[in-house]
Amino acid sequence: MSAVTLHQITKTYDKGKLLAASDISFDVKEGELFGLIGPDGAGKSTLFRILTTLLLPDRGSATVAGFDTQTDFKKIRGCVGYMPGRFSLYPDLTVEENLHFFASLFGTTIEANYALIKDIYEQIEPFAKRRAGKLSGGMKQKLALCCALIHKPVVLFLDEPTTGVDAVSRKEFWEMLKRLKRQGITILVSTAYMDEANLCERIALIQEGKILSVDTPDHIVNAYPRALYAVKATQMHQLLKDIREYPGTLSCYSFGDYLHVSFKDIDEQEKTRLEKWLGEKGHKNLEIKKIPASIEDSFIQLMNPNSP
Amino acid sequence: MNDQAIVCKNLTKEFGGFTAVNKISFEVRSGEIFGFLGANGAGKTTAMRMLCGLSYPSGGEATVAGYNVYKEQESIKKNIGYMSQKFSLYEDLTISENIQFYGGIYGLPDKELKQKSDELISKLGLEKEAKKLVGELPLGWKQKLAFSVAIVHRPKIVFLDEPTGGVDPVTRRQFWDLIYEASETGITIFVTTHYMDEAEYCNRISIMVDGRIDALDTPANLKQRFSAKSMDEVFYALARGAKRTAD
Repeated sequence: MSAVTLHQITKTYDKGKLLAASDISFDVKEGELFGLIGPDGAGKSTLFRILTTLLLPDRGSATVAGFDTQTDFKKIRGCVGYMPGRFSLYPDLTVEENLHFFASLFGTTIEANYALIKDIYEQIEPFAKRRAGKLSGGMKQKLALCCALIHKPVVLFLDEPTTGVDAVSRKEFWEMLKRLKRQGITILVSTAYMDEANLCERIALIQEGKILSVDTPDHIVNAYPRALYAVKATQMHQLLKDIREYPGTLSCYSFGDYLHVSFKDIDEQEKTRLEKWLGEKGHKNLEIKKIPASIEDSFIQLMNPNSP
Repeated sequence: MNDQAIVCKNLTKEFGGFTAVNKISFEVRSGEIFGFLGANGAGKTTAMRMLCGLSYPSGGEATVAGYNVYKEQESIKKNIGYMSQKFSLYEDLTISENIQFYGGIYGLPDKELKQKSDELISKLGLEKEAKKLVGELPLGWKQKLAFSVAIVHRPKIVFLDEPTGGVDPVTRRQFWDLIYEASETGITIFVTTHYMDEAEYCNRISIMVDGRIDALDTPANLKQRFSAKSMDEVFYALARGAKRTAD
């Protein structure tokens, strides 16, 4: 059985003027760590709100843990955990009080499911008596996760848990998610960081309310439709300008210390021709190598319908 | 002296017994793209606030655009631009109104402001949207517009605090095209980011750990020093050693 299903979900705001989700269908399997990957404004939070029964779609249907989001919403509310993008605990309650409050809302106790949150809660326990509003960002995030988990949900919804979080803390957060997954919880997590896609079992790439692709990260990058080259030289910015001027270039984007380049023509000779052309422009320490695509390459390719 | 956009010597900020910024020293050259990295809670924002003339240091010295951070805060403010992911433009004003407002605050004369405004709108291809509220624009456009507005008064330095957070991959790169363009006209760029690929686009970067600057060099040199393949690894090697809990 699928833990989450979406069937042709469409949602508009502002009397139909703003299309937030357009005919979206995908399934999340039981026990899966599934990523919804896309920039701000792509429609990720809208889908989360529909699945957590906080918002009704204009059209389409969805189920969570086998329950319909419109007819069985009360059952869904009882068995899912939801961590919204914005901090939504009670700032005037202490860490302990927040946790206790959420446990009692769901008719359980902290003790009953302590094993599930132990790893995470231990990190904030020194601040148990501190008011939640006075916690640092990282601590708030950990407390919010504890509160979302305290009733041992079947499905956990995490809306952009790592936004604005530094690279080290992001890594730690994903380690926590992997441990939760091992406990059998289905996790649907959204992020705007493309590199986090690789940490999910399957992902949906989403942009402007539309799904670009749903698959494993490996399958998505393997489906990149053309040869991709990484190019580097001493003057990177000039290199970018020159490659964009090269008539055979289809796309050229910065990727850290390299530029990623694809050609209009699939002819392998294009690489040699570009090399020569750049050499004539006076580029030093030129390096061109064929590379496999990353999720970000795939995302850019899929969001640009102009580049076939 | 005018070669240095920012000069910091032992700049320190204490809050009670807590040393948020601990004797940081560095220089940023005019026209440089300087990446200011660090984990959450490392002290980046506190340091930036002092450099923008918004908070007094507890110790040390610093000049920004040649002005002293203790005595000449108002001159600093006139000579810098600032944008962040969180606050950039007024959503309830139109694009034109935002440009007028910011340009006006920075004292651009009406005539120049009109001309700049037209220039900027046509450069960003926003002619049709000029009368629209900023709140109606997609995030990517907002951020590009916010950056252009932040440099509308031709500041010597522009401070960018996580300018590309949450932006789609193509717009993120277009944003960096704007940064390079501004840098080529001589504007110094001081930028923070959590995207490690963006660290590569900077001329030099510093990495703050627990209030100190633990590393400062070009991305290439840093990778060599830490025998790292990517800036991600360099950052991880340094920030993992942090004693402070993440903010």
